[in-house]
Amino acid sequence: MTTEAQPIERVSIIVSRGSLEGVYPGLIMANGARMEGIEASLFFTFFGLDAIIKKRMAGLKVATVGNPGLHMPTLLGALPGMSAFATGMMKKEIEKLDIPPVPEFMTMIHDAGCAIYACKATVEMFHLKRGDFSEEVDDIISVGQFYEKSAGAQIIFT
Amino acid sequence: MATLTLCGKELVVDADGNLANRTEWTEEIARDLAAQEGIAELTPQHWAVINFMRSVFMKEGDSPSIRRLTKESGVDTKTLYQLFPKGPAKKAARIGGLPKPKGCI
Repeated sequence: MTTEAQPIERVSIIVSRGSLEGVYPGLIMANGARMEGIEASLFFTFFGLDAIIKKRMAGLKVATVGNPGLHMPTLLGALPGMSAFATGMMKKEIEKLDIPPVPEFMTMIHDAGCAIYACKATVEMFHLKRGDFSEEVDDIISVGQFYEKSAGAQIIFT
Repeated sequence: MATLTLCGKELVVDADGNLANRTEWTEEIARDLAAQEGIAELTPQHWAVINFMRSVFMKEGDSPSIRRLTKESGVDTKTLYQLFPKGPAKKAARIGGLPKPKGCI
């Protein structure tokens, strides 16, 4: 039995990690959705919130410990300056692909019509305030509101 | 090969429905392609974007990224999406007689 594949019309992308390599995939997918004319929203939760916290969003780092994808021995990854080095390398490669730094990317994605939300439970857990977040953040919402807003959307967890 | 009849001409299109042969493109055809995309009138701002896409493509063989479009076409991101609601880079490429952009950004 075959059914006609329906094109995707809406996506809700959850970003739950705060490392550079944890944040970029969600941003690239949200931007890519808008470029395809797909409605998109981003929901930042747990350490993913770092990507929308004014003071932190420009300083996200690559995790050099506990990151087997880097193919670096754990003890080497733990050396001082190693994360900064890996971050610098990755940022250079990202820039080569014309992918903007996180703050600029967030503005671009928001201007493209993607809604940006912070997770209420995490905001309370970390004792954060509205003023801690970048101006692109549309609202701080509960999980229930997130599901309401995601009606009819594909939910992507990153 | 799929074809499209625009301005009284039968034009070969690729799998994405974009013109297969760039040299057949004219401004008249652009207006018809725009109408197909639900854009009733191509304003000077639409043309600024389309012409920028075309000039980059002719020089570099691929369409510019959305970031570059925002930075260099003179039209900001918000306006780009108002002009081409269903995806500025993709739609401007199609209307400009270019293949769908290959990049992810």
